[in-house]
Amino acid sequence: MSMVDTDIKTEQRYTSLFSEKREVLDKQVSQTIASHRNKSIRLFEEQGIPTKKLESYKYTNMLPLFEENYGYDFEHKVFQQDLSQIFRCDIHDLDATTVYLINGWYYRQNQLPNLLPEGVLIGSLAEYSTSHPEIFEAHYNQYAKNDEDSLVALNTAFAQDGFFIYIPKGIVVEKPIQIVNIMHSEGDLMAFPRNLVILEENAQAKILMCEHTAADYKYLLSAVTEVFVDKNAVFDIYNIQNQHNLTTNVSSVFIKQKEHTSVLTHNLTLHTGVTRNNIHVHMDDEHCEAHVYGLFITDKNQHVDNFSFIDHAKPNCYSEELFKGVLDDASTAAFAGKILVRADAQKTNAFQRNDNLLLTDMAKMYTKPMLEIYADDVKCSHGATVGQLDKKAMFYLRSRGIGVEEARILLMYAFAYEAVEKIRVEAVREQIRNLVEAVFRGELNKCNSCVLCDNDAETGFSCR
Amino acid sequence: MLEIKNLHAKIDDKEILRGINLTVKPGEIHAIMGPNGSGKSTLSSVLAGSDVFEVSEGSASFYGKDLLAMPAEDRAREGLFYSFQYPVEIPGVSMVNFMRTALNEHRKYNNLKPYTAGEFLKLMREKKNLVEIDSNLTNRSVNEGFSGGEKKKNEIFQMAMLEPRVAILDETDSGLDIDALRIVANGVNKLKSKDTATIIITHYQRLLDYIIPDFVHVLHNGRIVKSAGKELALELEEKGYDWIKKEFED
Repeated sequence: MSMVDTDIKTEQRYTSLFSEKREVLDKQVSQTIASHRNKSIRLFEEQGIPTKKLESYKYTNMLPLFEENYGYDFEHKVFQQDLSQIFRCDIHDLDATTVYLINGWYYRQNQLPNLLPEGVLIGSLAEYSTSHPEIFEAHYNQYAKNDEDSLVALNTAFAQDGFFIYIPKGIVVEKPIQIVNIMHSEGDLMAFPRNLVILEENAQAKILMCEHTAADYKYLLSAVTEVFVDKNAVFDIYNIQNQHNLTTNVSSVFIKQKEHTSVLTHNLTLHTGVTRNNIHVHMDDEHCEAHVYGLFITDKNQHVDNFSFIDHAKPNCYSEELFKGVLDDASTAAFAGKILVRADAQKTNAFQRNDNLLLTDMAKMYTKPMLEIYADDVKCSHGATVGQLDKKAMFYLRSRGIGVEEARILLMYAFAYEAVEKIRVEAVREQIRNLVEAVFRGELNKCNSCVLCDNDAETGFSCR
Repeated sequence: MLEIKNLHAKIDDKEILRGINLTVKPGEIHAIMGPNGSGKSTLSSVLAGSDVFEVSEGSASFYGKDLLAMPAEDRAREGLFYSFQYPVEIPGVSMVNFMRTALNEHRKYNNLKPYTAGEFLKLMREKKNLVEIDSNLTNRSVNEGFSGGEKKKNEIFQMAMLEPRVAILDETDSGLDIDALRIVANGVNKLKSKDTATIIITHYQRLLDYIIPDFVHVLHNGRIVKSAGKELALELEEKGYDWIKKEFED
């Protein structure tokens, strides 16, 4: 099952596929999800797949990545094997509630602990769209910007499943909720996971998303996650990407914040082919606080593009951004950080920084702060640096008997450290420290961060 | 034993060391003094293995091995310690991780098993007490936010941890108040033994009130122009360096 390769425009291949598969797409989902499709596919068609002509995609041409002939998994069959037997996550040792997704589909045999606080819902987006329509309809596709990014519109058009999390008023979910998405197939595959997270007033939750690839096929993953954070709620989302070089991963997160909320997003790209992260934070009330962080470590021909948009729509909000990149070989990366301070958003504090370490002469970094300020009583700052390993520090370490290779690892880690330390959940921070160090030591391949890659593993799960 | 013969070094075709001869034997303390720009710091960084300078002539042997042929890390592992005039801040590398890595690299070089966490922490505690370094300094990143005095104390602490055969202290006294100077000097004295040697590079003789040298050398224009006992330091303190400059003008 894959799209027919012809000379027609790439966009048209997606719209034709959409028309052809419309019934299949609608099969397992509610009327709400289905009802947003037509408008979205039109928006996709009008805007076209982003190329460098578009200011917000200036450093990443998505078109060739979408030209590949991917298969699809629209009629997903429930995965029959016991995942826990063949799959293991390093962060699993963490005391967390873990659920799995396969190709963006919620794995139906997920075992949820009995101890979840009352009223908390964690499960399949498709299922909850039908069983809890009142909550679902109020939030689904309300925050995603279909008209600003054609890939978001494409996701809405093809959306079928993903995770759904609902934390009712006043409930604190202490353990992190870990969501592991595994790309698993017997051929090249694309997927459009769609996720929705709702935190009611005074609720708290932390999500850990782990993106993995289990087989050596080309993958196109274009996910949208919408998050609504009601008054006084606290929410963290950590997105850990560890995928192989044949992966194209587009991840868009849209967060809407109400009064006195605190949110944190952290995109940690440890290994990928091409990654594009969109982070939209809409501060729709006073006294919101947003921490938007990222760390990317690239080598070979990897490409990582982080795009953030902080919308200071109301007064007295605080935002802080820090993105750090370590680029090796001929890898490239981009950061664009848009901060919009609207006319009545007085007393805004907005800070942005992007620091990058280039390890070779071939690695390239593009960084672009974009501040639009329409209020007059605000404090905003931005800064970007691109540099090399500090020679003086290198000599200092070597003069103590530390060899060049070990010194390099220490210094790269030291550079990344600041971003890692921004993780608010201590247990997660500890795990990420180890993962990042393993990446710098070259000890983390795509397998051993989450997949227990033994030789007995089932076909499609072995990395060798 | 460190034996330096006719050592020449230059930077961008500018010759800074112009034939240094110096022999340092176990148990000895040598002071190298001299006016600014005489080549004191160049000498120490060349010996430590900095690649900023190019050695154009001469040799240096360290316990029979060709020191100049070794990369900086091997010089350290062979037992040469260089205390920086300006210790480098390395945010993000904790002192514990730094020292443990360094120590275990030394042990690996000498075919010894790495220290366990327990062994290492015990050693660290002992040495910390020895050089009177504050506990919370070792909990921080390497030199990050340390005051000038703290940085120098930290150098001596590292020296205590690494137990070198020859230590070169490059202007360890500069910018130190008298209390910090005493602590640093005490540390150096406690670490001294009949098997280790120390080279103290300094502009002033104050440090030499606390660490008594066996020999004092005066460096001028890239050469050692005068060598004598500790009394030379006092003479220099009294008369300054002008008479040296005059006497050895060329």
